[in-house]
Amino acid sequence: MSEPAGLPPADAVVEAAVAAAGGAGCVALVEERSEAEVRFATNTVTTNGVRRARSVTVIVLAERDGGVTAGVASRAGDVDVAELARAALADAQGSPPAEDAAPLLEGSAEGGFGDPPATTDLGTLGSVLGALGGAFERAERAGTVLAGFAEHAQVTTYLGTSTGLRRRHVQPTGLLQLVGRADGGARSAWVGRGTVDFTDVAIDELESALHRRLDWATTRVELDAGRYEVVLPPGAVADLMTYLYVNASGADAEDGRSVFSATGGGTRVGERLATMPFELHSDPGAPALECAPFLAVGASSSRASVFDNGLALESTAWLHDGVLQQLFYPRARAARSGCAPAAPIDNLILEVPGAKGSTDDLVASTERGLLLECLWYIREVDPTTLLLTGLTRDGVYLVEDGEVRAAVNNFRFNESPVDLLARATETGATVRTIGREFNEWLPRVAMPALRIPDFNMSSVSPAS
Amino acid sequence: MPRGGDVFDPDVLRAVRDAGLAEARRLGASEASLRVEDVRTQLVALRDAALETAVDDTEIGMGLRVLHDGSVGFAATVEVTPDAAVRLARDAVGTAQAVAIARRRAVELAAEPSHGEVTWTSTHTTDPTTIPFSDKVGLLEAWSRRLLDADGVDHVSASVHCVSEHKHYADLAGTVATQHRVRLHPEVTAVALEADGAGFESMRTLAPPAGRGWEYLEGDGWDFEGELAALPELLAAKLAAPSVEPGRYDLVVDPTNLWLTIHESIGHATELDRALGYEAAYAGTSFATPEGLGSLRYGSGVMHVTGDRTAEHGLATVAIDDEGVAAQSFDLVKDGVLVGFQLDRSIAAAAGRDRSNGCAFADSALHVPIQRMANVSLQPAAGDGPSTAELIAGVDRGLYILGDKSWSIDMQRYNFQFTGQRFFRIEDGRLVGQVRDVAYQATTTDFWGSMEAIGGRSTYLLCGAFNCGKGQPGQVAPVSHGAPSVLVRNVNVLNARAEGGR
Repeated sequence: MSEPAGLPPADAVVEAAVAAAGGAGCVALVEERSEAEVRFATNTVTTNGVRRARSVTVIVLAERDGGVTAGVASRAGDVDVAELARAALADAQGSPPAEDAAPLLEGSAEGGFGDPPATTDLGTLGSVLGALGGAFERAERAGTVLAGFAEHAQVTTYLGTSTGLRRRHVQPTGLLQLVGRADGGARSAWVGRGTVDFTDVAIDELESALHRRLDWATTRVELDAGRYEVVLPPGAVADLMTYLYVNASGADAEDGRSVFSATGGGTRVGERLATMPFELHSDPGAPALECAPFLAVGASSSRASVFDNGLALESTAWLHDGVLQQLFYPRARAARSGCAPAAPIDNLILEVPGAKGSTDDLVASTERGLLLECLWYIREVDPTTLLLTGLTRDGVYLVEDGEVRAAVNNFRFNESPVDLLARATETGATVRTIGREFNEWLPRVAMPALRIPDFNMSSVSPAS
Repeated sequence: MPRGGDVFDPDVLRAVRDAGLAEARRLGASEASLRVEDVRTQLVALRDAALETAVDDTEIGMGLRVLHDGSVGFAATVEVTPDAAVRLARDAVGTAQAVAIARRRAVELAAEPSHGEVTWTSTHTTDPTTIPFSDKVGLLEAWSRRLLDADGVDHVSASVHCVSEHKHYADLAGTVATQHRVRLHPEVTAVALEADGAGFESMRTLAPPAGRGWEYLEGDGWDFEGELAALPELLAAKLAAPSVEPGRYDLVVDPTNLWLTIHESIGHATELDRALGYEAAYAGTSFATPEGLGSLRYGSGVMHVTGDRTAEHGLATVAIDDEGVAAQSFDLVKDGVLVGFQLDRSIAAAAGRDRSNGCAFADSALHVPIQRMANVSLQPAAGDGPSTAELIAGVDRGLYILGDKSWSIDMQRYNFQFTGQRFFRIEDGRLVGQVRDVAYQATTTDFWGSMEAIGGRSTYLLCGAFNCGKGQPGQVAPVSHGAPSVLVRNVNVLNARAEGGR
């Protein structure tokens, strides 16, 4: 799409913002977004668009009452950074001393900081668009209805601090989701793929995956609620682990307010959560899941601090050998608690070293159980155990003697991802996947299939 | 911080809309609409009286949607200039042309007449985003300290979320609407740790988010003083309360809890785009389909549900929607029967309707408008109607539930599970103390079919949420739901701890 003609270069905006802070501690963030998307339903394209956006965030520090405060202001588009810096300073002067205050990180300018932002357009989705028309035609002939979404984004982040740090990161994100429905929705299936640039996504391959499952559903049995042996495919595991990941705040745990709080005070770091040797980690350099190697946040939270902007992010183990290793700690809180700081990293990988086999392999070794496709509408019920509720969606199958026998009605489940790790009896190999529900928040995940011997299906859902 | 007065200068707006719409028309668009938006969002959150999160973000942008040769194209940018508007028109038409290769059916938009020039402001005294940051921190700090000083409160989270939304809309039909609305959502949660150091209980304020100004926090529309004063004792009683015995109970549900059940099981279920399959890949479909209009038994005969974009202080209230359609009010369920759906212009046309009922919304200039929820409200009983106490008096063994917490419903809007903030046991028509760990589970039509009685106007309250999600890419919409207290018989109540295997 057309370039924004009237905006000054992003790196110049960072420099101007740092200068506008007039010697005060300052962090400037410019985020440039370029996005293209195609949405489709009822076997035709529906709402489609392209956009360019820029947001500028200025964080200014001030000294007050013997402490340090931070003011934050952000604004889109063609921004008067002097005005923004003044607004941030006014907020800083009106704030109580920040509990997450820490000296800004020192650094220097890395090469390429002045490079322009990366862009995308509908051309990146060209192969998808080219194939969709044929897919719709085939679906109509087969009595199937396709719906879905393809999007590609290039987000370029520029970060600068008054302490000399200059960093730039380009984050490409591609997501494709396809749902097929037949018999008025009585049979349905979903497939989703995460990609960097769509060169590795083929619609016809996804269509085959959909049809395989729709064919499984030509036989249907009704089952009651209860505890079942369940094979969770990587995408379903991704949504559950994403929920666990966002709840891994060290402060919440220390305050006794989380599933990671130890009885009687402190956290469960060092405690064995699972007998299987699970490794749950994030790594900015993970192949095909590459993400920002430095922290860039426009607001503090219990997980990350604006004072820590620019913090180098490295491969971090959250669980090692089934033992809880690390929770999120901004630097200030980590220093007070005597543990290592750790900030959220934009990917998540669960694996058991040496585990082999696919979801199909786990199915093949199942005597009697259920195979799920994905989970939906997952929400916290009880934070003390991280009990989550949610629904199965677009495919539950009865497996007997290693074979899929029939489709089954949907269920509401009540389960905790922490408990599921403890109760899992088998995993497959870790593969790149996306969660059905939370892919927008954490699109870069790799997960294995899991076998759970006693998954709690709380009630039947008549939905299809 | 300035609101971007330059962007909302009438001359700037006229120049960009004239440039963008003229270019869209020149390129052959049959329909075109342009929106310029300036949305300021502030979030201040304190943890144990110390500042944890501060956000002051102003999202400015311009989006242009076209219908070109039967395809929809949308383009958006953060630049608001006539040149940028011309480029957007070209990009939007280019998008419509690029996707035409995969289009099997033409998109149509139901007609809407020009409403000329419209200016509208939501009812409020003080735009909450104009209140100094230090005043916001100061108020939340005072509230937090007061609770932390009370017996039995170990931790306090307090936040206020303020939004000031300016929208300028113009289309080829000739409607030019300039609208400003504000909203805010204060929340305070007190936490008490178990004496044995294993686990905790929390209690959150019931104050709903509202389409009101800062005066809301000063007592105009809600008694914050009274609510904060009562919180520590309510929390202590909850911590000491027994865990609920699972089973079937009669429920008296307060509007502060019922609004969310209405939202999930009626609000989303009566969105026609869902019923027709347009959200099949994401938000889901609906058990309520056009075939059921006039015949589907949604609930008991006392059930009357309306959709509106007109309620004063409603979070979905506007004068003109994001497709140029004038705000309306309409029935969704009457005498317990499905009688209506929420529509936007493309869905109205797809369903063969003459006109949209005004439910299009985009959460920023950078997103395309889609069908979003009106204020969907359960009407109170006519006349004086029963009070909540009178509803409770009609229950031998039951629960009185207040405040929302956890929620989940399936993709066709049948099976739901909700928890809450406060659960009082009812015995022989009287409240006899709290229980904890309550979750109620039901199928939509069973639940509403078991609704025996509806409270009167005195029990009615407009509640709602800022964060209703829908669409791809995801959009969030604010929406209100009015509800009276209701009595629902024989509902399945679970014990949440037992569900977790504890």
